[in-house]
Amino acid sequence: MSHKQVVMAGTDTRDLTKLAEYEAVGGYASLAKARTLGPEQITNELMASELRGRGGAFFPTGRKWSFVPSPEQNPNPHYLVINADESEPGSFKDNEIISRVPHRFIEGCLITAHAVLAKHVYVYIRGEYLGPYEILVAALEELKQRPDLRGDVTIVVHRGAGAYICGEETALLDSLEGKRGQPRTKPPFPAIAGLYASPTVVNNVETIATVPAIVEMGGAEYAKLGVPNSRGTRLISVSGHVERGGNYEVEPGISLKDLIFAPELGGGVPGGRAVKAVIPGGSSTVILTGDELDVGYDFDSLLAKNTAMGSAGVIVLDERVCMVQLGIRVSEFYEHESCGKCTPCREGTRWMTQILRKLEAGEATERELDLLLSVCDRINGKCLCPLGDTAAMAIASYVAKFRDEFVAHLDGGACPCGDHSPLDGVLAPVAQHIHDHASELVPA
Amino acid sequence: MGVALFEKIQEIRAIYPEGTQSALLPALRLAQEEYGWLSPDALREVADALDVTPAVCKSVASFYDQFHLEPVGEHLVEVCTNVSCALYGAQQVLEAFQDELGCRAGETSDDGKVTLSTIECLGGCGWGTIVAVDHHYRTGVKPEDAAAIVKELS
Ligand SMILES: Cc1cc2nc3c(=O)[nH]c(=O)nc-3n(C[C@H](O)[C@H](O)[C@H](O)COP(=O)(O)O)c2cc1C
Ligand code: SF4
Repeated sequence: MSHKQVVMAGTDTRDLTKLAEYEAVGGYASLAKARTLGPEQITNELMASELRGRGGAFFPTGRKWSFVPSPEQNPNPHYLVINADESEPGSFKDNEIISRVPHRFIEGCLITAHAVLAKHVYVYIRGEYLGPYEILVAALEELKQRPDLRGDVTIVVHRGAGAYICGEETALLDSLEGKRGQPRTKPPFPAIAGLYASPTVVNNVETIATVPAIVEMGGAEYAKLGVPNSRGTRLISVSGHVERGGNYEVEPGISLKDLIFAPELGGGVPGGRAVKAVIPGGSSTVILTGDELDVGYDFDSLLAKNTAMGSAGVIVLDERVCMVQLGIRVSEFYEHESCGKCTPCREGTRWMTQILRKLEAGEATERELDLLLSVCDRINGKCLCPLGDTAAMAIASYVAKFRDEFVAHLDGGACPCGDHSPLDGVLAPVAQHIHDHASELVPA
Repeated sequence: MGVALFEKIQEIRAIYPEGTQSALLPALRLAQEEYGWLSPDALREVADALDVTPAVCKSVASFYDQFHLEPVGEHLVEVCTNVSCALYGAQQVLEAFQDELGCRAGETSDDGKVTLSTIECLGGCGWGTIVAVDHHYRTGVKPEDAAAIVKELS
């Protein structure tokens, strides 16, 4: 199979981190073309392309841009904010995009700034991404010598400091304003009152890195790629029990099975072991069993299975993995990352972890398994942002799809996986920090 | 030292619109790079440079995992133990570092050189186990690599 590349085009043969190399393959031509077009025309091309946001919420990009008020309606400056917080377990595509095609990403920023009338672009990059940050800053240094490209737009790279929730767009805006990164209530939506209460467009790195190709090809041409509701290409992060972990740019609609087994993609499971389960779109998505791999990797097909592409992080779990241990590790993540604003999420994620730990130790009764599901139910739909909901849905899906395995752990029962599960005894930050608290009580 | 930090923070402050607090995260990072951790004195310096209270600084700093409100070692070794890395054997990698350093995750080696920690998903899932050594990612780390990494830092 050969796969059409849009975002990563040219990287197979050249080092596109350098401006000269990027220009040699036609880089920044789309920007020149875009500047001959009016903002409205560009937004129309985006609408025609049917591009949807790659950050997880899947919102149509052209439509988002069209919500931005005109300067007459709102005289405040307009801001473009790029979400490079990428912290969803299983996703590492934006890392590779910034590291390998920084100029394509910057070109997308400049075209988008033109389309949404923004003179100021902030790239909010997670604090841990020091490598990609350095590459991006070096690329922007090159741009400084090129006022013809830069125009009157400033691009500021702003580093986060370690908080998954800052990927949620309104938490990101608060963090960018120098506050604790907690989600805001919506409305107002960022397009109306975002950064510094001004009109703001927030887009994901991959979304923005796709924009130059859409301007070049035209929206209608781009929309010929992929399948209905999932147009174009997507970078899919494949990890876990596969021979070839990595990011693969493919057209949505490809089967999940091919993603895992095709020799040029995941390359199959090491040791020829069977696939027990697959997390299809980052750990916030509902799990699929090994019997559900004959599904198209696109929005509609995954929705039909009650799950989602999310941020396109495919995690493959082989037959040795204990699903209760998976539940613990995933729940521990959300417990650690809950921003604490809503009680159901802050307390509920902790309850989930504790019950799951008890289950794993063989100390839980059937009532506690019911309690776990009831806790999930009391989180889901009762939170301000999707973090709590998706955590609860993910954990509940493990129980629903692997109930026998959970039941086997009850009342002193042993794990059917024996002690072969690779997730046995994994220490999570939330568990590590338990012994840190004592020192906090000692006055400095 | 204090004056230099004050000046650097003013430079950062000028990047952002006037009257906003956006320079706070970068300023906290600078102070931490200067002093190794965000001591009450360091927080006070940041507060003075930005015209906010030390309590604002502490409240914000305490929200983010990368800010240290307690002293840490000269070097930081952070092992990702989220699902994908754990599937590649991150726990065994972590244990190898514990053995090499003679301390548990969350602690600092006796000579004060290295703080060892687990960390949530670092965004390198296909290339695990990921270990961030002073924030630079090492990919595909195996337990047997721990000794050489620790030696580099000593
Ligand atoms: C808990 C949570 C974490 C998120 N993390 C990210 C992230 O790391 N990167 C991202 O682009 N979007 C993330 N999102 C989605 C953003 O809120 C937002 O929808 C997105 O940045 C919009 O850009 P797009 O339309 O280009 O996808 C997250 C959402 C939630 C609820
Ligand atoms: S659902 Fe959780 S993460 Fe989201 S706002 Fe509420 S407490 Fe914070």
